[in-house]
Amino acid sequence: MTMALPVVDYLKLPEKGDPYLEGHKCTDCNSIFLGERSVCSNCSSRDKMETITLGRKGKLYTYSIVFRSFPGIDVPYISAIVDLDDGGTLKGNLIDCDPDPEKIEFDMPVEVVFDDALGRKDADGNSYISYFFKPIS
Amino acid sequence: MSDVYVLGVDMIKFGRFPDRTVPSLGAEATLMALDDAGLTIKDMEALYCGNLGQSSGMVGQRILQEIGQTGIPVVNCANACATGATAFREAWTSIKAGLYDVVLAVGVEQMGKGLLGGTGGGKGIPKEGLLGSGTMPAVFAEAGMEHSRKYGTTFEQFAKISVKNHHHSTMNPKAMYQIETPLEDVMNSEMISYPNSKLMCSVNVDGSAAAVLVSEKKAKELGMERVVKVKASILSSDPYQERDLVMPDVNTCTRKAAKEAYEMAGVGPEDIDLVELHDCFATAEMLHYENLGLCKDGDAGRMIDEGEVALGGRVPVNVSGGLLSKGHPLGATGIANIYEVCTHLREEAGERQVEGAKLGLTHVIGLGSACGIHILEKVN
Repeated sequence: MTMALPVVDYLKLPEKGDPYLEGHKCTDCNSIFLGERSVCSNCSSRDKMETITLGRKGKLYTYSIVFRSFPGIDVPYISAIVDLDDGGTLKGNLIDCDPDPEKIEFDMPVEVVFDDALGRKDADGNSYISYFFKPIS
Repeated sequence: MSDVYVLGVDMIKFGRFPDRTVPSLGAEATLMALDDAGLTIKDMEALYCGNLGQSSGMVGQRILQEIGQTGIPVVNCANACATGATAFREAWTSIKAGLYDVVLAVGVEQMGKGLLGGTGGGKGIPKEGLLGSGTMPAVFAEAGMEHSRKYGTTFEQFAKISVKNHHHSTMNPKAMYQIETPLEDVMNSEMISYPNSKLMCSVNVDGSAAAVLVSEKKAKELGMERVVKVKASILSSDPYQERDLVMPDVNTCTRKAAKEAYEMAGVGPEDIDLVELHDCFATAEMLHYENLGLCKDGDAGRMIDEGEVALGGRVPVNVSGGLLSKGHPLGATGIANIYEVCTHLREEAGERQVEGAKLGLTHVIGLGSACGIHILEKVN
């Protein structure tokens, strides 16, 4: 059996320990990016990036409840933009929350959790680990 | 530098023409604009062509192969939904630079049906519905909900924008649809991405629009009776914003372009008599009332509630029916908006005429992002 793969490059699956998300922070202007880069698109500084581990807790910034997507994609689901408490912004599915605007509050605290990528596999049959947001009650 | 004028401008009625080709649609609008200008293709010194779907397909040259291969320089441009405005601005730039006196700008698109966007592509597995949604209705819903979080903007207020624009289009024979959509119909139509219901999403249509731009010297020579002056032409890209990586920003680039456009034209938002702005979704139009300075920040919901942006209101927005009902053929939209404003400044808009219109503004956004703004002025 093969190991599950990360859904995006910035999701890291260490041999020991929990999965985590990696950010790249400009040490000149503190902008945080997802994915490796050497130049900052905010202040244009070169080679000032440091690798950081992104935090697991954040707050819901904005969202949409998706009722129509591409064929084969399960709906409805909540597409969420989350500001992490320790810096950085992520987009992902908000799970364990009713897809109902009455039940979704801006700035509600959420946690980043890692799980199988909804059973999706690539052409070679590999499974994947993804990240999701879950409300913190 | 010479002032630049629109001498001729026109658009085809937007619709679905699966049996036509992109060049034939572009050629039709081009001939209409040439007729409007009283000129022929032989008078043109250059062609700037905007098309997205066949951006590597030499669409401008293929238009000339349909209507006259005169050997003039052709530039094909693609800039997402700002493609048409970019072609128009390139034409404007060439006259400003003193290279030419008479040039053509054409925008054309043939669209499929269905959702645009998506977080597909790349290696591994599809990300759509796994890492949120990259579909356009969802992306613009998220942008609209950012306005809701700041100002408490409601689903009903967003829906009213669609009611307004569909109402406007009942007076525009060139719009895809001429159908009234009462508020309950808009709010009860199929929910695509909350808060954007189906009637709050722009219509994918085929279409084309074209304009003949001339220098002041040429305008005086050919007659100033129906010309419209281009007071400002601005293009911006998206300045860095902290959420850029997950949330394309349509606000900052619009504010930047609007500020520069008002400065170039020497006017303020209070001087503008009508606006054609980028209502790709009802949620988007709400943002741009504030981005374009038509009201103070946080006042957009009141603008739509009180009818200030409807025909007859303080500053009518999208009297053409907008992208929501006139339709949104991506590459044509930026020139079709210019056609609409010119038609009002020429007092030729019929039933939907904005009375006494002297100054109009057009705005488009290409996600990724590009913002194009033009300010146009009545001459006679």
